[in-house]
Amino acid sequence: MPSSSSNIITSSPSSESAAEPEAGACAEQTRRTLLLGALATTACLGCSAQARAGEDPPGSDERPKKGDLLVFSEGDQEGKVVTAADVPPGSPPVHAWPKDPKTSVVRSASRLNEILIIRLDPAELDEQTRARAIDGIIAYSAICSHAGCPVTAWVKSDVGDKEVFKCMCHNSEYDPRAGAQVVFGPAPRRLAALPLTLADGSLSVAGNFVGKVGGAQPG
Amino acid sequence: MTRKQWLLSGFVAFTCLASTAAVAGPIENYSPVTAQRLENPEPSNWMLYRRTYDGQGYSPLDQINSSNVKNLTPVWTFATGVVEGHEAPPIVNNGVMFVATPMGQVIAVNARTGDEYWRYKRQLPDDLFQLHPTSRGVGLWEDKLYLATTDDHVVALDAKTGKVVWDTKVQDYKKGQYMTLMPLIVDGKVIVGGSGGEFGIRGYVAAYDAKDGKELWRTYTIPGEGEPGHDTWQGEDWKNGGGSAWMTGNYDKETKTIYWGVGNAAPWPGEMHPGDNLYTSSVLALDPNNGKIKTHHQYHQNDSWDWDEVEAPMLIDLQRDGRNIKSLVHPGRDAIFWVLERTPTKINYVAGWPFVSTDVWKGIDAESGRPIADPAHKPVVGKRVEFCPSLWGGKDWPSAAYSQRTGLVYVPANENFCGGFTGEKLPLKPGELWLGTKPEDIGLIAKPGADHFGELQAWDPTTGKKVWQHNFPKSQLFGSVTATAGDLVFVGGTNDRNFRAFNAKTGELLWEQKTNSGIMGMPVSYEIDGTQYIAIQSGWGVDAQRIQDALATNNIGIESNVPQGGAIWVFALKK
Repeated sequence: MPSSSSNIITSSPSSESAAEPEAGACAEQTRRTLLLGALATTACLGCSAQARAGEDPPGSDERPKKGDLLVFSEGDQEGKVVTAADVPPGSPPVHAWPKDPKTSVVRSASRLNEILIIRLDPAELDEQTRARAIDGIIAYSAICSHAGCPVTAWVKSDVGDKEVFKCMCHNSEYDPRAGAQVVFGPAPRRLAALPLTLADGSLSVAGNFVGKVGGAQPG
Repeated sequence: MTRKQWLLSGFVAFTCLASTAAVAGPIENYSPVTAQRLENPEPSNWMLYRRTYDGQGYSPLDQINSSNVKNLTPVWTFATGVVEGHEAPPIVNNGVMFVATPMGQVIAVNARTGDEYWRYKRQLPDDLFQLHPTSRGVGLWEDKLYLATTDDHVVALDAKTGKVVWDTKVQDYKKGQYMTLMPLIVDGKVIVGGSGGEFGIRGYVAAYDAKDGKELWRTYTIPGEGEPGHDTWQGEDWKNGGGSAWMTGNYDKETKTIYWGVGNAAPWPGEMHPGDNLYTSSVLALDPNNGKIKTHHQYHQNDSWDWDEVEAPMLIDLQRDGRNIKSLVHPGRDAIFWVLERTPTKINYVAGWPFVSTDVWKGIDAESGRPIADPAHKPVVGKRVEFCPSLWGGKDWPSAAYSQRTGLVYVPANENFCGGFTGEKLPLKPGELWLGTKPEDIGLIAKPGADHFGELQAWDPTTGKKVWQHNFPKSQLFGSVTATAGDLVFVGGTNDRNFRAFNAKTGELLWEQKTNSGIMGMPVSYEIDGTQYIAIQSGWGVDAQRIQDALATNNIGIESNVPQGGAIWVFALKK
């Protein structure tokens, strides 16, 4: 759904006054209306964020699509296509964006598209995770399901001996071997997973995110 | 309503950023809030962040007192339905209570019965990066309330119905700009300050017209080219210099001056932004009419410890050294209890002393009040440096209080914590954390053998003497303090979920009540039909939980699992 656009919002520091909302807009509603609204909202949870007109190329804010390549989102290799060899066993996760191979558009206009890629021992992966992996390489959303912070750390868990993904905002930890299930902290659900395949040695997206991307909203 | 109207209204709800559910509303006979009422609030109400513009956090109600507080009992509770840090004071205006919660909610309830009038739920953007998912409350003016949001908007709501009256975007949340503070309302101006120092923003305080949301002025806390103080920065450092202003200011109604606290410089290690770095870690004196900086005082220079000094100083009339002083009192995050003198044109240093142990300061210059840092405990790039207290400081944002009866200042302090990190030059990317260190490198170290961490302290600001102290053996203290004319001090803030009342004169623990979650919120007191109430939000999260997690890694018998989930608690004397 639109993330920050509405007919009742002004941009500062312009001198425009904030407009009055249309009569009845956001007004007191009955429970039934709220339910309708909630259904509409739910139906739109997977919608992409509104592109910043004139700034971002078309498609750059869309979620990863089947056939997308992955490119480094940071570091010396930023923008370079990620190959299987770029994700060696025992290394910390690679941070990446999806990239449309037809248009070469990198889908970096929404932070919800950032992806963590890591290679683990296939024997350590549970069955569902192994089914989405390529030679032990698996990918997840880099956005914490608690408050939408980026999951940046690969550290030993506070509650076990293994290394885990950790969101340093509020200390949620996720085990990538088990579908990135939450093993510590306030996160309410696992990280969304991104199925992978190989295309000419490069990592490629094999399907849509499995699970919801982004932080929690109040119920 | 016809079927067509149902569908239409459902569509309108979908296109809005928020919904408002009415349960028992609308509110009838709402009392409009005026300048006169805010300047001289009725004892029965709590309409400002700290009840009064001076920021003292003091209620003149005394029905509940040190003799009968043992009979304090819950009269109603109310679940907010969200997790994370519930930091806002319940705001009360003649029997109507407004509570702000994390995730952009405002709930209006009957302050006597706990029945809900309406609830506003903001639809926050899916891609919002909420480092601090919280709100510190709503400001009141006339028949509206004002909420500052984590997606960096100021929203005006109709107090009677919760309907959105206007909604103004302040800056871009995608660039790390956000707000958590309760707006300060002065003469029809809604005054807010931006958060985001951790993202390398340039801080500001801004005012909006309460009627229509139009921006009236904006004052940057980091002076730009040609402005006084710009020469305390080098090169381009000022453009991303931090200085966020994320707590509500206080207001001197006599001189018409706002006193606003300013955060630390960005990124953390001082060598990455050489100079004094005005106006970071300072208090600004602002003209509410135009935002002009009248004067300032910088508590400490070239911050390197994440010690922002955002809690506005309390305005207290003191007698010190044989003379009356119109003071500014600020127990700082930098571990120094500051006493300053406010004059129309200048802020003078009066006194300063450490209120918790610190190895960072070697002393304070007696004339200027400039603290002298020990280089051995000042973080640098490329080397791990440790310092005491930790980056959460001697006292973080939770408010101290002042009792007009005892003349004491009550400080929610933390002792026996140290911190450390290795400074690192990292690239600035808008909307991403930019701390000058890797977050996973930040440590909190409990001093070996420490027998307590949290301290509720009572200080005499006229003499600099500590009168009493209550220690919390297995917990930090991370909640605001409120004092009352019943010679009581109320505070939560501990990981055992207790809400407590202390004798304001002696520090004796008189009463405690276990709640649903840990309390980070601010206690308030109000009165309806001759009954005095105490209200608090319980709901643990944000930095209280961060400290908890860090403590749990110290192998000192403290677990990280404090239950989350918000609730309003209201107490009165058992009848």
